[in-house]
Amino acid sequence: MIDVRGLNKTYTIGRNRLHVLKGLDLHIGKGEFTTVMGSSGSGKSTLMNVLGLMDAYDSGDYVLDGTLMKGLGEARAAHYRSRLLGFVFQSFNLIAFKTAVENVALPLYYQKVPRRERDRLAREALDRVGLLDWAAHLPAELSGGQQQRVAIARALVSKPKVILADEPTGALDSATSNELMKLLRDINRTGVTFFIVTHEHDIAALADRVIHLRDGRIDGDERRPPHV
Amino acid sequence: MFSLDGWREILDTIAKNRLRTALTAFSVAWGIFMLVVLLGSGQGLENGVEYQFRDDAINSIWVRGGQTSLPYQGLQPGRPVQLTNTDYDEIRGRIHGVEHITGRFYIRGRLTVAYGNETGSFDIRAVHPEHRYLEKTIVTAGRFLNDIDVSEYRKTAVIGVAVRKALFKDADALGKLIRINGLAFQVVGVFTDEGGEGELEKIFIPVSTAQRTFNGADHLNNVMFTTGEASLAESETMAAAVRQRLAATHHFAVSDPRALSISNNVEEFERYRQLMNGIRLFVWVIGIGTILAGVVGVSNIMMIVVRDRTREIGIRKALGATPASIVGLVLQESVFVTTIAGAVGLLMGLSVLEVASRNLPADSSFFRNPAVDLGVALEATLLLIAAGVVAGFIPARRAARIRPIEALRED
Repeated sequence: MIDVRGLNKTYTIGRNRLHVLKGLDLHIGKGEFTTVMGSSGSGKSTLMNVLGLMDAYDSGDYVLDGTLMKGLGEARAAHYRSRLLGFVFQSFNLIAFKTAVENVALPLYYQKVPRRERDRLAREALDRVGLLDWAAHLPAELSGGQQQRVAIARALVSKPKVILADEPTGALDSATSNELMKLLRDINRTGVTFFIVTHEHDIAALADRVIHLRDGRIDGDERRPPHV
Repeated sequence: MFSLDGWREILDTIAKNRLRTALTAFSVAWGIFMLVVLLGSGQGLENGVEYQFRDDAINSIWVRGGQTSLPYQGLQPGRPVQLTNTDYDEIRGRIHGVEHITGRFYIRGRLTVAYGNETGSFDIRAVHPEHRYLEKTIVTAGRFLNDIDVSEYRKTAVIGVAVRKALFKDADALGKLIRINGLAFQVVGVFTDEGGEGELEKIFIPVSTAQRTFNGADHLNNVMFTTGEASLAESETMAAAVRQRLAATHHFAVSDPRALSISNNVEEFERYRQLMNGIRLFVWVIGIGTILAGVVGVSNIMMIVVRDRTREIGIRKALGATPASIVGLVLQESVFVTTIAGAVGLLMGLSVLEVASRNLPADSSFFRNPAVDLGVALEATLLLIAAGVVAGFIPARRAARIRPIEALRED
């Protein structure tokens, strides 16, 4: 699903050049539930941005679902993001003035799905995360765990191949975190590939595969037997 | 970029961000409102001044005979200078730049005028046909005096509407014979004048007829003429030429200040013109200032709006929005809000002017008929909309270019 070869990424800040990703190779198969760990500055956020088509890379190849993602313009990147990827963020990033169901429906708006169909699919996705009854609520009226579940429904609604999550439990307490991880695993079982950046070991412990990043290189790659 | 669904998204955003929308709308509506009221008031002031000067705003030179005060070529001072028909012909034929010219022969006191059993005493003015340009006489029926009346010494009369009312009541006056001091004159026209009630109680008769009838020989009391498009300096040259020519004819020193009285209304006219230009300039300077303030206000709000929406823009981009759709979202909202607010401001401004102009006293002379050029008001609205677009476009494009992850990180 994700195929990365010899990926290099350098940031130039003023006169300093910061070599963040140093010839990274990574292969993630379809339906894998992978977490990436690493200290800050290890390049995990940068890797996430590149994989999420939110940032360009300097050299190497990135193949997503059989398509080489190289030198994409903004509009092309937006197109692939909307067709192939779903995002879950640490701070939920729901639009404050839209209700839960409107937030969930937003990715479909950018896919030009008709309004009624959008609404139907959004309710379906909310139902999947157990929040159908909260469809008409604004984010501010929901708890953190609920907001993150709305965000997951939003990531799901466009039926993406890969869901990229950046510290999805970072703003939640541990009980809520565990519930949320269970939800993600459930979704994973339907064949969606997960790529989760985290620094929490107990979250990583729930994954099939844990990749350790260090100084822009892969420092460790553990595979585990699938959890139940 | 234009679609029903897109507009739904925009209207939804507007409906749910009331404060932001209200602020933008208010600053636009207020700007347009102020501009309309201001331009309208300026126009009202202009109309008021124009009204005040309505009868004097004629670029004319009046010449009147006086008395010599300096000895000249052996002649004693104290001789009267009597203008004549010859002077009229000289000025008419020899002075460059004369537009309309007339002489006036005075008949002392009011004369008794009768028609049938009705009588009244009225002021008689003996003039040339072009007199009507100097007093802005408006002929409402029949005609004014003409050259044939003068050359053939006809006993014709043009009467003011007040005279007509007094002598004829509601009957037709044209063609009727009235008696002025017992002599029959035929009414050939009726006139009105904006100069006031007194002007309407006058009767014009041909200058030649009056000179012959009232023992005037070839005397004239006044010669006055308009100067057309002449500037102040040119009109002064004309006045000096008149003095020089008459000094030669009547044998007085050109430097004699009392021999001839020449009053140059062009000076006055020029002052009036400058006052009007001053008012117009004032209104425009303030108007442009108002518009600029509106432009700055709208630009400011648009920048704040885009900044406020950076995070939302980041989210939308992560969810698949293209940069063009982001710019479109921001700008269409701005155009929509500015257009509606501009229209509201325009309507409010026009209503205020309408109410003001209805409640003004009819004889108000400082401020009359405040009105605004609709085209100018519409252009100003369009300018504000354009300012909103430009001011929104730059930050919107920048925001649309930010990588979503950076937009999302910004808290």
